[in-house]
Amino acid sequence: MQIVLNGDSVETADGCTVGALLQQLGISRERVAVELNADIIPKGDYEKQLLSDGDKIEIVHFVGGG
Amino acid sequence: MTQSADKLIIGGREFTSRLMVGTGKYASFEQTARALELSGAEIITVAVRRVNLDRSKESLLDYIDLKKYTLLPNTAGCYTADEAVRTCRLAREAGMSDFVKLEVLGDEKTLFPDNEELLKAAKILVAEGFTVLPYCSDDVIVCKKLEALGCAAVMPLGAPIGSGLGIRNPYNIRIILENVSVPVIVDAGVGSASDAAIAMELGCAGVLMNTAIAGAQDPLAMAEAMKLAVIAGRLSFKAGRIPRKLYANASSPLDGLIG
Repeated sequence: MQIVLNGDSVETADGCTVGALLQQLGISRERVAVELNADIIPKGDYEKQLLSDGDKIEIVHFVGGG
Repeated sequence: MTQSADKLIIGGREFTSRLMVGTGKYASFEQTARALELSGAEIITVAVRRVNLDRSKESLLDYIDLKKYTLLPNTAGCYTADEAVRTCRLAREAGMSDFVKLEVLGDEKTLFPDNEELLKAAKILVAEGFTVLPYCSDDVIVCKKLEALGCAAVMPLGAPIGSGLGIRNPYNIRIILENVSVPVIVDAGVGSASDAAIAMELGCAGVLMNTAIAGAQDPLAMAEAMKLAVIAGRLSFKAGRIPRKLYANASSPLDGLIG
């Protein structure tokens, strides 16, 4: 299935969860926030939150800024 | 008053340093970390951006000891209340803290705040339990409204972001200081250490800056200069300056002059 990850279309396995996606991307969950179709997914829900075809995911973190 | 007793309290949390610094525009993460250390800052701002999916890229937070600093995520780049609120919610989830530097910009050229959108966002965020530190115009009416909404501080600009023009309207800052009870922190416009000292001598609770340090020819030396300027300015304010007079007033006694 296709998801839109940080603005780019990406192919991912059916039944993929937010947790599995982060693992696949090598992203440590401690310091990121994940939005699924504009709703924030709490860290505790990453493993049970399934992704669907067409989902829009945003994964953000902190960068240098003023 | 000793320095140690003179704490800055924001959102129920106590800070010793009154200098807050940004983490953008440095040459490297090593330089960022060193400058933060030399500045003595305890509150540092960060921006919220998409994760770079190229895993080889290092992250700022790999270089920063999160036990030493309170992160103050900003909403830089947001032009509507909705965008700013969304960014704050993401920041809270990423950082597990309620502190946010709320900025809602009006246009790209001036980066002046859109106070109408700012007030809208502040109201929502306070209701959601955020500790809101809003970057705003040096306008006492806006500052009073932000205070009434429950913001933990107000952060009027000294001059446009990154301009280094200093405190363009010290009288406006004084008026704000006389009319709000929350901490007043000058955010943006500082160019040199004397600008920071002036903000503190006016009676501000603190100063927030980024470009003045990161853009200096020697950012590490400037970080230290700013630390000292904020301490000096605060002490000078607390000490109470002499009144300005037009004519001289001799420091040496007139009695006992020879001849």
